Amino acid sequence: MNADPNKRFTETPMVRRKLCQEAIAKWIFRIMSASMIVPLLLILGYLIQRAWPSLSVGFILDVPIRGIKDGGIWPAFVGTIYLVFISLAVSAPIGILAAVYLNEYAKENWFNRIINLAVINLAGVPSIVHALFGLGAFVYAAKFGCSIISASLTLAIMTLPVIIASTRESLASVPRTFREACWNVGATRWQTIRAIVLPNSISGILTGVILQVSRAAGETAPVMFTGAIYFKAVQKGDLFPYRLDEQCMALSTHLYNISTQVPGVRESIPFATAVVLLGLVLVVNAAAIILRVWLRNRKKW
Amino acid sequence: MTPDKHIEVRDLRLAFGTKEVIHGVTFDIHRNEIFGVIGPAQSAKTSLLRCLNRTIEQSTDATVSGTIKVDGQDVRKVKDLYNLRRKIGMVAPLPVGLPISIYNNVAFAPRCAGMTKKSELDPIVEQCLRQSALWDEVKDRLDSLGTKLSGGQQQRLTIARALSHQPEVLCLDEFSIAIDPVTTMRIEEVLKELRKEMTIILVTNLTQQARRLADRTMFLWNGEIIELADNDVIFGDQPKDQRTRDYVLGIFG
Repeated sequence: MNADPNKRFTETPMVRRKLCQEAIAKWIFRIMSASMIVPLLLILGYLIQRAWPSLSVGFILDVPIRGIKDGGIWPAFVGTIYLVFISLAVSAPIGILAAVYLNEYAKENWFNRIINLAVINLAGVPSIVHALFGLGAFVYAAKFGCSIISASLTLAIMTLPVIIASTRESLASVPRTFREACWNVGATRWQTIRAIVLPNSISGILTGVILQVSRAAGETAPVMFTGAIYFKAVQKGDLFPYRLDEQCMALSTHLYNISTQVPGVRESIPFATAVVLLGLVLVVNAAAIILRVWLRNRKKW
Repeated sequence: MTPDKHIEVRDLRLAFGTKEVIHGVTFDIHRNEIFGVIGPAQSAKTSLLRCLNRTIEQSTDATVSGTIKVDGQDVRKVKDLYNLRRKIGMVAPLPVGLPISIYNNVAFAPRCAGMTKKSELDPIVEQCLRQSALWDEVKDRLDSLGTKLSGGQQQRLTIARALSHQPEVLCLDEFSIAIDPVTTMRIEEVLKELRKEMTIILVTNLTQQARRLADRTMFLWNGEIIELADNDVIFGDQPKDQRTRDYVLGIFG
């Protein structure tokens, strides 16, 4: 082989074919990833174009009028914020602490394997099933009635397994050698977690929680079954229109109502509502991305 | 005069699942000696150290039998595990600088033991960094991250951390495989100083390192002691076992 050193770098047909295949492969992958942007741009473009006549800050701050056929979406906007915050206020602490246990303390035995299985399966349960469960457990059994608290708890159970999974991932990204070094000098597990593990995974954990905001905000079925109401009269721009044991309006169910349940809604209003919902999600995701960039920049090893 | 026994190991057996890796070893380690442990890979050198500070219990399928006594106290019956680990300093093969400041790396163990005053911590940090021959290089940047140090510096930081809880026994598990020869020599000098204060167990793949440093050396092979004797016997012309001679001469292993 390569008897003549001068010919070592000359192109043979085999080399040309290899380079050609490489180029084709690269372009296929590149086009596929670029095509991911297309649906998002199309959705955004279409929605904004249809929603344009109604889009304004006033649209968010106004209350619906004429039997929700016209006007703004303030009660639904605030209701969604209520639901998201309360549900995450419940699921984030439970999920994070459970994940710390599973990742840092739990030994490999049947009990913890069952917990793991439960987490995985809970993540796969369809949201309509969560809705029925929430209806049975919180609305009827716990006697919370159809209320913000029932809907938030239902959403909390729905987001819990994903928060556990993302938290475990962040915890696992802290190298095991750090933990062993701590144990070797006589640190307890909790001292190790507090000094080394949590400070280096907290940003990733928070990112995971924030990403659940968009999921909780977008869910329709669980909210509709357990706490959403068709219409609620509130003051324009009122920040605290609801008590926790009351039903509330939510963006997702409001969108469902005005697009399918009520005839004669002004045409641009459902689209404007969708834009607001989507905008809310994108803003929250942007916050998560900023957090992640910040995390990357202060990585310590 | 019979030497003062610091660590007594009696019929120690260790199995992972059904596979036994240490087949009943019995030996003593004397106070303030440097005890070399040599042997090829898979000869259970590291597992032996992990039995000593009971980090072996983190491997769920490990079962240990037999006794290990440190100062006459059976480590397997010790209630305060964390206190036991403070008595035994452990240096892992690969350097681990924790992702906190150099100062906090060394102050971590004393803090975990409940020491919080800066006036108490400062002298410990300085002393440990001096003992591990790192002080002069880092004294002006104690606030920078331990992970940003070079490999050799991180290994000395690891040793400083192992010294920070004032152990009576210092276990070094192939401490030199990730660092350069010059740094290795500096640390070896440090060890010769440290032996005045503590017992040192030196697990190494470099037979010459054991020859340079140790008083007595144990040759482990497949979880059994082939030979344990003074260094001039192990590395001399007439070790009792032919395999020892072959191993230290590099004929096999």
